[in-house]
Parts: sequence; structure tokens; C-alpha cells
Amino acid sequence: MTEQTTKDHAELAQEFNRDEDRVNWHDETLWWIREKRDKSAHQIPEWEALREAASQIKNNVLSNLHDYLVQFERNAAANGIVVHWAADAEEHNRIVYQLVSEAKVNRMVKSKSMLTEECGLNEYLAKQGIEVIDSDLGERIVQLAEEPPSHIVLPCIHKKKEEIGEIFHQHLGIEAGISDPQFLTETARQHLREVFLTRKAALTGVNFAVAETGEFVVCTNEGNADMGAHLADVHIASMGIEKLIPERKHLGVFLRLLTRSATGQPITTYSSHFKKPREGKKIHIIIVDNGRTVQLGRKDFRNSLKCIRCAACMNTCPVYRRSGGHSYHTAIAGPIGSILAPNLDMKKYADLPFASTLCGSCSNVCPVKIDIHEQLYKWRQVLVKAGYAPTAKKAGMQVMTWTLSSPGLYHMAGKVGRLVIKYAPFAVNNKLNPWYTQRDMPEPPEWSFSEWYKQNRQP
Amino acid sequence: MTSRESILAAVKTNQPGRVKLPDIDVFETKVKGSLEKFAGVLTNVGGRVAYVSDYAEIVRIILAQYGNEARIVSPVKELRELSHENLEDLTSIHDLSNVEVAVLNAHFGVAENGAVWITENEMRHRVLPFVTQHLAVVINAAAIVPTMHQAYEWISKTTYGFGTFIAGPSKTADIEQSLVIGAHGPRSMTVFVMNTNS
Repeated sequence: MTEQTTKDHAELAQEFNRDEDRVNWHDETLWWIREKRDKSAHQIPEWEALREAASQIKNNVLSNLHDYLVQFERNAAANGIVVHWAADAEEHNRIVYQLVSEAKVNRMVKSKSMLTEECGLNEYLAKQGIEVIDSDLGERIVQLAEEPPSHIVLPCIHKKKEEIGEIFHQHLGIEAGISDPQFLTETARQHLREVFLTRKAALTGVNFAVAETGEFVVCTNEGNADMGAHLADVHIASMGIEKLIPERKHLGVFLRLLTRSATGQPITTYSSHFKKPREGKKIHIIIVDNGRTVQLGRKDFRNSLKCIRCAACMNTCPVYRRSGGHSYHTAIAGPIGSILAPNLDMKKYADLPFASTLCGSCSNVCPVKIDIHEQLYKWRQVLVKAGYAPTAKKAGMQVMTWTLSSPGLYHMAGKVGRLVIKYAPFAVNNKLNPWYTQRDMPEPPEWSFSEWYKQNRQP
Repeated sequence: MTSRESILAAVKTNQPGRVKLPDIDVFETKVKGSLEKFAGVLTNVGGRVAYVSDYAEIVRIILAQYGNEARIVSPVKELRELSHENLEDLTSIHDLSNVEVAVLNAHFGVAENGAVWITENEMRHRVLPFVTQHLAVVINAAAIVPTMHQAYEWISKTTYGFGTFIAGPSKTADIEQSLVIGAHGPRSMTVFVMNTNS
């Protein structure tokens, strides 16, 4: 459910920031998850070696992707899995529709797949008269609320339990005013069990696809991917071309890193390996490009394709934690989303690489060592050169260039700034200054460094 | 040109120069998997561990906990006493929707994360370990590997159409990060660790 919006990250973040208590809760909760990740990682002495190995395996994958794709296709087909190829979102959606139609059903259950969010599958199928029900609890909640997920691992992290109670009151018929997570989860369990038992087509994402064996792995804590897939006649699995790994033994490296990085758990409750379809049933895999081959060709940005979607970069990001996933107006939010999205549409997502302090925390926690903050910095240069920088930013940068290139102007600007904050704070503490919104202006220092130096050090 | 051909051609053109695979044998270890660690981690993720010396003890524990009325199924032939149902006779897998307890053999446990490896052979029906309200799994006390690297070494000597690592009961924390056990799958998971030497 990709939100159509013309607002940029800063404007959307401002909306999220209206409720200060909620922002604080969001910030602290995601930081708590980041801390759980640290605790979990620190229990593995070889953690850094694992990150390095994962990074190198993914580098190898990108450098040999053509052969791995062909090898995977051959082995999956030998296992009885039907392989499809989709150049873009539209073709992916069309293939899903065709498969669902061939199965003669008009209802499908789906487990978490960020790729289908990227492709806008649910909206497309709805237009064709196919009902899709998301079965991950968080995804079901945002689906009922008619919102997109705000986080790739925790889709409804932006919602409070009282709001979820209200959504279930409206859609699932529980009494008003219930907000107990246990009760709400049980409600969803009963509702979705009926869905699992009645749907003949199920779609899942893919965490890893193994070239060597033609199998693919799907990880969940809830068991929803398995409930959907094993009860359906047709299982459709959608994957981006970058999900490949060379050999099964490499799963050892990735499964050790994935969940520890994501939530701090040692592994997801279920890590299911689909190699062959059930007797008499069908498994289809759709291998999707949708801009990935273009990104593969961008030397500075191809590393973004190493991502295993753990969301550690989001949980640690000081901007994400305080601006919320919806402010990124793209299927994959946060730092990684901000280097993936401009590849798809530079104009639409020109704001995202600027939604960062470049503090580098994202790169430090990334389990496959993507240089995320460096790519954000590089995207800024690409976007400005291509003429996609926001006008205000361009004007501001020009004033800065002018000021910084003249020592006289620089000293005068500093002095004026200090005097204004000291004697006329109303001139900056007002609505015309966007920095002041949701922030306090700093105390002005008594003097500048060069003034101090003149008095104290110069002979 | 089909999409397959165009995607593969674009990949070939755009992929960077060949980078070697790293040596991951460095993660091999001579150390044996620790049963104590396995049990500790599994308990931490909401699972239960029971040490038993034979199948009769499993029967006693299950019956004491769930009673004679509950629908218990198991493809384990030593546990026939628990269930007279033949899982091969189902007309539809949907008939498993009201199973209360399923008891399955597992190949081994993984000490570092409390997971057990089960394949379709032990499940009979893939949906069984997910659809059942309560899951019980039997492993041999000696079948514990230290990490996932040794797990995949073990797996490399077997074949399967479907296999899964299961670590604890199904759970979610999607509502305000409050952990709730029993999302879509089992509300509990018990691992019976069988010590055949005692």
C-alpha cells in the first residue's frame, strides 16, 4: 500500500513530530531493539568475522550473479519449482494475477514480502478483483488501517495498542476499548486461522535463495508464511535477483547474523527451507529485477544490493527513530531505503539521502557491511549534479559558499548570529525558522574562537 | 527478448569483476554442542525442555499434561500409545486444523540458538508442526551441534523436500513490542531430550 504523496521527508517528519510523547516512545523503543541487537551480537566472539564473511559472500554474489541466477533456475526447476522472470513491478504483478487466475481463485493469503510492497501488488490485485490478506500480525494491522508498513521488520511500530484495539473493534468485531496485546493477538490468531484454512493460494517473500540446491528460505516468528504455504495448493514466492547466495552452507553465516541484527533473537522461530513442492501441489518463484540491474551497474551504489533486510540500520538511525517510517514515503524506509529508492526514481526520492546526519551508525551495525552513510553522501552529490536538489537547499548552499569563501563575511555573520540569539531571540525562535520547530535554539557563546584567540594568544 | 533474457543480459553487463568467495571453514570447531546451552537458549525463547530416558516417559508426560480427550497425533512409531490415528489416512490436510498436540522426531538441536531441525519425513504433513496448538519434539541428547555451521554440515548429508529450524513456540511482538506467545502456530513447544545411555 504505497502512499501517494508529494510531501518530502522533512514535511512528513514534521507531521510525525506533532505528538511528542509518541515520538519519544518510538525513539526509545527502537533504541531498545538496537540495544538488544548489541547484547546478542556481543555474545558471539566471532561476530565481526561473520560480518566480514557475509559481506564477502555478498560481494561474490554480485560479481557472479548471472551464473548464480542460471544455476538457481536450473536446480529449482529440477526440484519441480516453476521459475518466472519479471523485468519490473508491473510484470511481477501480472504474473501473480495470472497464477492466481489459473488456480481459479479470487482470494490469496500473503506473508511478509517487502518486494510486493515495492511492486504495489495488493492494489493491483484489488483492481483485478482479487482479495489479498496480509497474515503477518503487524502487516494485517496496517492493512486494516489502510496504511503502508512503517518498518520492514516491525510494520506497525508507529501504532499504539489503543489504536490497534480500535482497528480490531471496527474490522474484527471486538468490543471497543480493548488494548491488551495478548487479547488483540489472540483475536488476530482466530481471524487469520480461518483465512489460512480457506485460501488455496499463498504468496510469501524469500529471505535467501540457494543457487547450489535450488531451495529458498523464508524466516518468520509467527509461523504465518508456513501456515499459508503448506495449506494452499499454489505457493508463489517473490524474490529480487539479489536474494541469491552461492551454497547452502552460506546460510549458516546469514542465519546467524539476520535475526541477531534485527531483533536480538538468536534466530527466528521458523527458518523454513522450501526445496520441492508438496506432492501434487505447485511452487512458483518469481525472480524480479525492477531496477536492480541498474543499481548493479552503479559502481558507488551497487553494494546496497547486499542488504538482507534486517532493519538494524533503521533501529539505530537517529533520524528514522524520530521521524517515523512513513516520512520516507517509500516501501523500504530508513537509511537503506534512502539509498535504494533514488535508484528507482531520482526526482521522487531526491529528499531521502538528505534525511540523515551521516553519523555512520547504520554502516556500523549493518551485518553485511554496506557503506550506507557513504552512499547517502554520494547520492547527495549525484542528485545535486542532476538538478534534483530542493530549491531552498540550493539557495542555502550558495549563501554558505559565499560566506565561507570570505573571511570578513564569515566573521561578521558569526557575530550577527550571536547577537541575534542573545538580544533578539524572537527573530529566530519563530515559525519562519524551520530549525526551531521541534527544537530549541542553542545558547549563543560569548565570543567566537578567533575573538578569544586574539585576546589570549596573540602576542 | 524475453524478460529472462533481458534481465540476465543486464546482469552480465553490469555485474562487477569477479570477487572470490571467503573461506568459511574458519567457523568450524572441534568443540561439541552443549546440551546445557541448547536448553538455556531454548528456554529463553519460550520453549520447554524435558529430559527423558525412553518413549514411555514421553507418553506419561504428554498424557498427564493434555489428558486422554485431546487430539494428539504423532508419526513416531514408538509413540503409538499416544495416538491411534494414522496420519497417512487423512483425506485432507485441513483435517489437522483441530490437532491439540503433535509429537515429532527431530534430527538435532543447535546449541547457539535453541533450534531443532525437522524435515518433511518426520512431519508427514508439512503443516503439522505449524497448525498444531502445541508442539513436542524428540531429540537425542547427543544430537546437539554448537552452531549453524555444523548444522548445515549435518544437513548436507541428508535430503528433503522441505525442512525447517524451529526455535520455540510461535510468537509476535508486533503490538507495541509486547511479546505474545502463540501467534499463528503452536502456543507451546516442548523438546524431549532423550538420554539413551541412562
